[in-house]
Amino acid sequence: MSSTVYVPKDAAALSVGADKVALAIPAQAQARGIPLTLKRNGSRGMLWLEPLVEVETSSGRVAYGPVQVADVPGLFDARFLEGGAHALRHGPTEQIPYFKNQQRLTFARVGLIEPTNLDDYIAHGGYRGLRQALQMGPADIVKTVLDSGLRGRGGAAFPTGIKWKTVLDAQATQKYVTCNADEGDSGTFADRMLMEGDPLTLIEGMTIAGIAVGATRGFIYLRAEYPHAHRTLNQAIAAAYAKGYLGASVLGTGHHFDLEVRLGAGAYICGEETSMLESLEGRRGEVRVRPPLPAIKGLFGMPTIVNNVISLASVPIILDQGAAFYQDYGSGKSRGTIPIQLAGNLKHGGLVERAFGVSLRELLYDYAGGSASGRPLRTVQIGGPLGAYVPASQFDVAMDYEALSGIGALLGHGGIVAFDDTVDMAQMARYAMEFCAVESCGKCTPCRIGSTRGVEVIDRIMVGSNREQNLALLEELCDTMLNGSLCGLGGMTPFPVQSALKYFRDDFLKFRNP
Amino acid sequence: MITQISDIIDRYRSEPGPLIVVLHAIQEKFGYIPEEAKAMVAEGLNLSRAEVHGVVTFYHFFRHHPPGRHVVQICQAESCQSMHSDRLTAYARQKLGIGFHQTTADGEFTLEPVYCLGNCACSPAIMVDGQLYGRLDNTRFDEVLSEHASAAAPENP
Repeated sequence: MSSTVYVPKDAAALSVGADKVALAIPAQAQARGIPLTLKRNGSRGMLWLEPLVEVETSSGRVAYGPVQVADVPGLFDARFLEGGAHALRHGPTEQIPYFKNQQRLTFARVGLIEPTNLDDYIAHGGYRGLRQALQMGPADIVKTVLDSGLRGRGGAAFPTGIKWKTVLDAQATQKYVTCNADEGDSGTFADRMLMEGDPLTLIEGMTIAGIAVGATRGFIYLRAEYPHAHRTLNQAIAAAYAKGYLGASVLGTGHHFDLEVRLGAGAYICGEETSMLESLEGRRGEVRVRPPLPAIKGLFGMPTIVNNVISLASVPIILDQGAAFYQDYGSGKSRGTIPIQLAGNLKHGGLVERAFGVSLRELLYDYAGGSASGRPLRTVQIGGPLGAYVPASQFDVAMDYEALSGIGALLGHGGIVAFDDTVDMAQMARYAMEFCAVESCGKCTPCRIGSTRGVEVIDRIMVGSNREQNLALLEELCDTMLNGSLCGLGGMTPFPVQSALKYFRDDFLKFRNP
Repeated sequence: MITQISDIIDRYRSEPGPLIVVLHAIQEKFGYIPEEAKAMVAEGLNLSRAEVHGVVTFYHFFRHHPPGRHVVQICQAESCQSMHSDRLTAYARQKLGIGFHQTTADGEFTLEPVYCLGNCACSPAIMVDGQLYGRLDNTRFDEVLSEHASAAAPENP
């Protein structure tokens, strides 16, 4: 009987040699005369174990990792195709504590199935949400999403159902569904993992959104830094068209929904929704003044849903299992689950999907196992380059929107970047301003000029020139940017700077060679 | 070149908001946006040359000069910083003898900064000719570069 072996083709797995392993295993099998089927899945999210090779056994899938080409003959010697003992064996994949102690709703199929195989998708519960939605009227679909408590996972946490209702109620000859896949925050890769590991979930979510609000056309705005996700999405869209899940009449119901991927071009600001719409229209990604809201006047001036990848990919399970099922997870006003991305200086980096409310400490130490360097963790930045730095004294905070905002931090897209005690927080504050200067769209002055002045002021503080005056000036500058900027880029760049000043002031005051 | 550019424009001109789509196709073909392409795109899409120039210069991804045979992008964002991408960057500059946005004298490598490749659990990360690499140290950087140097230049730099 032929054994089945899974080697991920997620970009993170490829980045550490998965393709070479995927060539070496069948070659070794052939040399030994062993029949073998190789499947390419997404990543299970235990990224420190990548390339994570899984073998289908009578007692489920067994994990080996991280596997390099040189390990392959030894794995065959250890009879890994039957789940044999080996130094790299971790037992049944789904029993690994890191994985077992998750609540995978949105990411349930990621790493499990072949990403662009429609039959595999359907066999694992795919398109049940769409079939349910097709039985319901638009208002009921929107109500279900509203009742689920789903809030925008891109970072702004605005209730998804309210956006949808606004678009549904708008009268127009054309409406659009757009997916913001411009995942530019450092420390985040949930969108990428989902698009590469289970792209049909996103496609299904967008199709449901289109039917709910009467939009016949959808765009996925994908960052150009994600060429692997681009290929996977295009294959998945083609597969959905081929079987009638997209097109002029979705599953013969008369609902029209067309979907395509548009590439960004390396501008962080295009993750801001109005800037993304400008970019989709083929212009400079300059932020629009709101109102009007995109839900009223969005893409090409028409009512438009703008949702993040994870928000849209959470819709199928909400429609399939019902609002109450999803609502049941979470804490306070943060309902459902959130994929947390553990990144930076951590021993066990990866993706952990949990209900809101898990503590930061549990994530950093129980899941991630502390720092990769073995040194003490000093701080983490949550929510990307515009997120605050959280000091070790606050690691007990719960991961939900309100708890984080209570300590002056934000959840953003759920990325956590950890730093050990070698980090220079004055440098990190400087970098925040520098990044804003590089990425500012230039439309408003506090962001365009303020960020450059911010770099200069921090430089003066660092070399000890009029320190107290310049520190006061930096505080004032932060205040101006925070209150005077047109969008979150200039308006939130002060968060990392202010938190560095608040918790790590000594780093700004230490002696440096000019 | 002229024919290839007009073919690209013709292929996408009826799409809604086609400018960035067209620019991507041009860069995929030539590795950069040639100056002469801007006037043709403006004419073909009924835009002003200023509008096209404005878009080309707004987006970091679009290049104004032909790159080397291989493009090496090193992530500079926070996650990679936490794993000392500064040291890797310094090593890469010294090894190649060039700074960011420069090309080696033999035309082999162009070095570029990039802000997040979405490989943050395997920091520091780099991308070479569209292929992603993680958990980089100096030794592995050398290996990756020599693998790419010995391979033929990619079709889509």
